[in-house]
Amino acid sequence: MLWFSILVLIPLVAVVAASTDGGWTRFWSSITNDQTAAAIRLTVTAAAVVTVVNIVMGTLIAWVLVRDRFVGKRILEVLIDVPFALPTIVAGLVLLSLYGPDSPVGIDVANKRPAVFLAFLFVTLPFVVRTVQPVLSELDRDAEEAAASLGASRLTTFRRIILPALTPAIAAGAALSFARAVSEYGSLVLLSGNLPLKTEVTSVRILSSIENDNRTGAAAVATVLLAISFVTIVAFNVMQKLAARRA
Amino acid sequence: MHDARAGFTRNAMRVIVVAYLFMLIAWPLWLVAKNTFADGFSNLGDLLSDPDITHALRLTVKVAVISVIINTVFGVGISILLVRYNFRGKALLNALLDIPLSVSPVVVGLALILVYGGRNGWAGPTLEDAGFKVIFATPGIVLATVFVSLPLMIREVVPVLEEIGFEQEQAAFSLGANALQTFRRITLPSIKWAVVYGVVLSLARSLGEFGAVKIVSGNVLGKTRTATLVVEEKYLNFDKGGAYATAFLLALVSVACIVVVSIIRPGESNR
Repeated sequence: MLWFSILVLIPLVAVVAASTDGGWTRFWSSITNDQTAAAIRLTVTAAAVVTVVNIVMGTLIAWVLVRDRFVGKRILEVLIDVPFALPTIVAGLVLLSLYGPDSPVGIDVANKRPAVFLAFLFVTLPFVVRTVQPVLSELDRDAEEAAASLGASRLTTFRRIILPALTPAIAAGAALSFARAVSEYGSLVLLSGNLPLKTEVTSVRILSSIENDNRTGAAAVATVLLAISFVTIVAFNVMQKLAARRA
Repeated sequence: MHDARAGFTRNAMRVIVVAYLFMLIAWPLWLVAKNTFADGFSNLGDLLSDPDITHALRLTVKVAVISVIINTVFGVGISILLVRYNFRGKALLNALLDIPLSVSPVVVGLALILVYGGRNGWAGPTLEDAGFKVIFATPGIVLATVFVSLPLMIREVVPVLEEIGFEQEQAAFSLGANALQTFRRITLPSIKWAVVYGVVLSLARSLGEFGAVKIVSGNVLGKTRTATLVVEEKYLNFDKGGAYATAFLLALVSVACIVVVSIIRPGESNR
């Protein structure tokens, strides 16, 4: 507990404390100036869009991994964990090699807005898959078979039987992937070009404030990020309890 | 007819999933390997003969190993505390433990500087007077790395501890074993695989930390620059070969970590 305080709690409290160094007006002006507001807007919107994509694709991937059988499934399992283990800066470089200036497919998103979405998509891929997968594989198939034998179409079965059971897990995964996306930094450094008002995300904004020795400003923006991640984590814990009760 | 359509849907989903993962992960990953070896082994050779780079690689490994050891000791300790004891604020501690997973690495770096910074941190000047430099030195890098990988071990060990219950431990106690003996003979063997899994995950995370390390390390060439910082530096200096080669090494280690974990996992469930 003491260790945890020294390592995690005290530093985080220091951030919040430092953000109020210049009083409330300074705090407010450092998070509402054009550049910062644009960065926060971009980060939150991109994270939200990516989370929606993850909800659909993550559930689909989990479904295929649990219910389908084919050669090379094991490889897919490994691929899904890659974004989790790959250093973020390497992730940026990896994406740049296919979707950057030297792209073999002619798609160049470097220094453009889609780069932010792409980077978020990459780093948040495992979350929904990994929360939905265990629930799906524990799911009792009797109810599905009963529904099918009573004449329900596959779509109806999915919508009425499977989806409700998966919802808490999907929501938990979505919360994690949102929190991860909002706080992402490393993969964007090389990929997005960090153009102010265009592709600069909140984390990068904080870093440039630190480098300009504007610690109060950096701390203010950091406090906003902390608040977002804290709310998301609380939501995640609630979802997880719900999911545990369902399973 | 119905079966044919079901088969079609299944195949379609299979193709979509494989294509998505291929475009997003497999292909880009493959290109990094290809770019690394575009001129044979010269990129890797140049990289490994540069003393600053080998220093950075050694530093990265050193920091990762220290962080993993710290996280293993404290992670197992906190897990036992969480599962076996009741105390006030336990629910809060439980919720707070997930924070490092969702806090931006940049915020982590800033937080550590504010407390341990040598010039005007809360505890920094005192520590520095005592001859212990944290920020812009190796201890700072270790702190940042431990911070970001802290929950990984705990999240592996806690479920296993909950599952095994503590009847065996109580039995050992009642037969006269002391706390240390009980831990060594009863608890440790049963959480062994969870710990191994946690170590591998923490190791992968520790080797690859970038944002937090960038801020607290000061990024001094040949002193506090780590492997991930080399990737950025090389790329920005138009040394793409070097950047790809370093990235390839890091990717190789992290993919190896996942493969190890995926081999351990099924063995664990058969237990």
